[in-house]
Amino acid sequence: MWDHEIKAMASSHAIIASCIFMATVVPAVFIPGFSVYGTHLLWLYCVTAAVSVVTVSVFWLLGVSQPTKKITLSYKLSRLVRSCLYLLLSCLFYHTVVVLYGAPLIESALETFSLAVLLTSLTTLRCLCVLGPNVQAWIRVFSRHGAMSVWDTSLQITVACSVIGAWLGAFPIPLDWDRPWQVWPVSCSLGSVIGYLTGLVAAPAWIHFHRKQLTYKCK
Amino acid sequence: MKIRTSVFASFIMVAQVLGIALFLRGFFPVPVKSSLSSRSKLSDLPAEPLTGGPHNASRLPEPLFKRVVIMLVDALREDFVFGPDGRANMPYTRNLVERGSAHSFVAKARPPTVTMPRIKALTTGSIPGFIDVVMNLNSPVLLEDNLLWQAKTAGKRIIFYGDDTWVRLFPKLFMEHDGTTSFFVSDYTEVDNNVTRHLDSTLKRDDWDLLILHYLGLDHIGHVSGPHSPLVRPKLLEMDDVLKKIHGSLVSKESEGSLPYLLVLCGDHGMSETGSHGGSSDPEVNTPLVLISPAFRRKVGMEKPGTVEQVDLPPTLALGLGLPISQNSVGRLIPAVVEETPLRNRLRFLHLNGHQLSCLLRDSVAEHHKEVGVEQFRVAEKSHGGWMKLYLEGNTSEVLGNVGKKVLRQYLEALASMSSALGKQLGKYDMYSMVAGMVIVFQLLLVLLLAMPEALSGAALVDIPVLPALLSLPFYLLCLLLASVHVLVCTSAGSSCYLCSLSWGLVFAAVAFSSATLCVLVSMATRRILSGLNVPAKSGSSSSGWSLSELDVLLLAGTAGHTLSLAASSFVEEEHQTWYFLLNTLCLAVFQDVCRKYFREQRRPGSIGEDVDDEVDNEEEEEERYYLSSKGRRPPELSQQGGDPRSRERWLALATPPLTLACCRLMRTLNQTGVQWAHLPDMGHWLNSSEHKAVLSLLAALCLVLIYFLIQRRCSLVSKIALALGLLGVYSYRAAVGNVVFPWQHSGQNVSKGTVEARFVYIFVLGILFSGTKDLLRSQIAATAASRLKSRGLWEIYSGLVLLVALLFRAHNLPVLCCCLLIQTLMARFIWKKLHYDAAQTTIMHYWFGQAFFYFQGNSNNIGTVDISVGFVGLESYVEAPAIFLTALSTYAGPLLWAFHLVCYLNSESNRTPVALGHGCYCLALLRSVPMAAYVVLVTALRYHLFIWSVFSPKLLYEAAHALLCTTLCLFLSAMEQAQADAGKP
Ligand SMILES: [Zn+2]
Ligand SMILES: [Zn+2]
Repeated sequence: MWDHEIKAMASSHAIIASCIFMATVVPAVFIPGFSVYGTHLLWLYCVTAAVSVVTVSVFWLLGVSQPTKKITLSYKLSRLVRSCLYLLLSCLFYHTVVVLYGAPLIESALETFSLAVLLTSLTTLRCLCVLGPNVQAWIRVFSRHGAMSVWDTSLQITVACSVIGAWLGAFPIPLDWDRPWQVWPVSCSLGSVIGYLTGLVAAPAWIHFHRKQLTYKCK
Repeated sequence: MKIRTSVFASFIMVAQVLGIALFLRGFFPVPVKSSLSSRSKLSDLPAEPLTGGPHNASRLPEPLFKRVVIMLVDALREDFVFGPDGRANMPYTRNLVERGSAHSFVAKARPPTVTMPRIKALTTGSIPGFIDVVMNLNSPVLLEDNLLWQAKTAGKRIIFYGDDTWVRLFPKLFMEHDGTTSFFVSDYTEVDNNVTRHLDSTLKRDDWDLLILHYLGLDHIGHVSGPHSPLVRPKLLEMDDVLKKIHGSLVSKESEGSLPYLLVLCGDHGMSETGSHGGSSDPEVNTPLVLISPAFRRKVGMEKPGTVEQVDLPPTLALGLGLPISQNSVGRLIPAVVEETPLRNRLRFLHLNGHQLSCLLRDSVAEHHKEVGVEQFRVAEKSHGGWMKLYLEGNTSEVLGNVGKKVLRQYLEALASMSSALGKQLGKYDMYSMVAGMVIVFQLLLVLLLAMPEALSGAALVDIPVLPALLSLPFYLLCLLLASVHVLVCTSAGSSCYLCSLSWGLVFAAVAFSSATLCVLVSMATRRILSGLNVPAKSGSSSSGWSLSELDVLLLAGTAGHTLSLAASSFVEEEHQTWYFLLNTLCLAVFQDVCRKYFREQRRPGSIGEDVDDEVDNEEEEEERYYLSSKGRRPPELSQQGGDPRSRERWLALATPPLTLACCRLMRTLNQTGVQWAHLPDMGHWLNSSEHKAVLSLLAALCLVLIYFLIQRRCSLVSKIALALGLLGVYSYRAAVGNVVFPWQHSGQNVSKGTVEARFVYIFVLGILFSGTKDLLRSQIAATAASRLKSRGLWEIYSGLVLLVALLFRAHNLPVLCCCLLIQTLMARFIWKKLHYDAAQTTIMHYWFGQAFFYFQGNSNNIGTVDISVGFVGLESYVEAPAIFLTALSTYAGPLLWAFHLVCYLNSESNRTPVALGHGCYCLALLRSVPMAAYVVLVTALRYHLFIWSVFSPKLLYEAAHALLCTTLCLFLSAMEQAQADAGKP
């Protein structure tokens, strides 16, 4: 039914995934001593930047975002400002949730906030790209039977996977193995990136295998 | 036989507790004991080995020391003496250690690092079993062979001053003694003055050979304010002065020609960074051991102290005093002590030590011939004989020295491997009892699980086929089989089993019970399978009734995940992290549910589509974002309907989960627990430091006021007044003890034990409990308003408990109690009722909250965090029963209060859904038995794990105690339901 869209999705996901891979490998050539554990925050920023840039450009090129009725400059500008505001709010929100989960309040605030930024780039940014700064649409998509298109479903899956990945990533922290990836926030950010990658793979596959059962209400 | 769910669950719980008790009996091994005559005798000692000559020297070598003074400072940590601050803490001792004729060691204490097992280890040289911790509170007489008995038998005169545990352990051995009770933890000057006041007169006299001093003050300071408290240094300086006094007097008494003295400074255990002890962290285990005697070589500078075991001290002392080593000692002679004696004596000492260890090994290990150590010892003995021959022939060449050194080395190796083999023997378990206990627990768990559909059905009746099972043939066959297995095991196994020592009647009852359960189990399983086969044939899909919401998925996954996490020692140590994490997620999931109810109720599309099941997190987060962002945009609407109670309720309901989350975050900063991060500073320490007394007072007062307002609304007038006075009493008790200040009180006021104030509160607690019970009883008789009376009675009992807990909690923990009540009130009002969570969901949430609060109040899975000082609130002296009751109550206050709140809540719910109580009871039983059964298996599988004694065993005790608590509550719930059923009948 939506073979064309599934193909587009698969290829865009492949681009994003390869870009995360590049963000891990390429800086190692230019920056001496770059590694995922050793210079974790640097890696985190690289991944964040790469994911943000590629997500925005891919979705802009694909034109998934809902068609806008009036395309005046002021409208575009207000959309942009609202998007930025949402991104900031989302960062603060993730930061709060992570602190509530027990991250130290003051000591490693930078690490915690970096994790929040990463999570924002993996989840909120994609929401903004797909749905625009439209709260009603977000609520619709994230309610139980609210997906209206293939893209909505894929959004649900990737967002869920990244957040659950980060959630699961917190589990090994209390273990006394003294591994480099048990340092805050390495396991959580790794978890969320791995979850995100899983989501990228799982979304097209899941939609492909369930396309018979999937029915969407008309827009 | 049809019985109500609650009765069924309570019965299962009671039986499971019995099964656990059997398991525990098998799990905690009896310490290594020699089976021969109970005491070593001088006449039993082996002769000095000599190849080919007549046996000549069966005597012991001359004693090394004439007098021994043992100065035991409770909870003396190794770094107090040897650490960088040691010079400032104990200048005289440090000087002796660095320049005097002294040996210093770090002596490793074995966990449990609690005083009584450590005293036993220091006197018998054996490693007491874990169960000794439980016996710590009422020390029975030590009947084992020990150093003091040996000394007494050899005619030595012993004087003891200090902790009266010694007097209870060795009632008739001391020529003179003065015991001080160790239970008033807040007293740290009087206990030590009681010891020191005898010192001057005793040191002047000559009529004693062994002087033992046990100083408790340091331990008490540790318990009250931790190892970095400003009180520690003055106390250590005081100890240093005492040591200086003793040393000076010993030096002045020393005369030419007679044997030298020995002064021993040691600690029984250390203290952790929080000031408690009991676990196996390095600061708790490492204690200093300083031996001072003119017999030793003078030191020229500070050397790094070597490491020995604490149990090495008793054989060393025994040999040094010319006594036989006590039979069950697993320690080794410290070679440095005998360094200066002739080689012949040194070899003789090692030979005696080796002989004693090999005898112990022979008695306690079945295959002792295969032990490496025994073989090594035999070889060493033989070469010792060769050396003796050379020696007696008058050979004085270098060969003699070289051979001697070789023999010495062989002996030391043999001792080391025998000692470690004996150490391994400690992990000997009574597998038969363990397996029997495990089987019972598992059978009952399976019965509980199989009964789930019936138990959680609308009727809440469980059909147990007891009679058919009892009358069936397999039951009798199983009885026969199990009985024969029992006979077989008990006759074949050489080791002693607890089950085998039981009387036949009891064993037969257990056998019959076990086979009956098995039969019931099988018949229930077949019934379930058959009905499972039939149902799909009748209706298309029966699974529609079992569709799970995100919350259910979370609750099930959390329970399962927690159970699995118990397999890793770190997760057991840091279990609080698991619960905080799950609780957070639960609150977020509840938040998502609330948002869904209030934002999307009306426009939920009814389209048929696949839903992604595991979207718990992102949904709630997106929802919260909506909530956060919309808060800013909505005010105009809000102000329009500001007066509308529905809208206010809605906002309160929406605010409840974030508030709960914030409370939990605050509480976890209050008490840092666990192992890895226990040393980090927390709010509790900050509040307890003397500079912040005013803040603590304000906080405590505020919390008490808040507690009053949260509790009073459902009480009768009399109880309200009693509650207010009681809470006032709690504050004045804390002020009397010196934790908080009255605004008008002068700081110089002396600190009392607060007995009067505490008893004042107890009276009100009893009064409230009495009035609650009276209401409950009246509700049975009264025809009208019975349910109102009943719920008021329950609530009054609950508030009585709260008042008692407020009295027992330390002042800095009052916010925990306050938050507990706040969360309960808000949740009950806005969440559980409004969102129509069923009894099962509510029970699981209560259970999770209870678990988290167990850790919020500062507990951990380590015995050391149990606050024993609570057992003395309002008591003049140690009385066993109330002390144990109060300690248990305050330790399990969190789970207890939540479970009791559950009773109140379900009771109020039962007007709407009559089976709520039964369902709650069943869920509580299930929630407790699943992790417990899993843990029993895990502990059995991990019984040779490195951390079995330090991590897994204490947790097992905590689990068992928690099971006992849950059983009590299940019984209470079923009694409530019974009353309800009785009231409903006429
Ligand atoms: Zn002690
Ligand atoms: Zn202590």
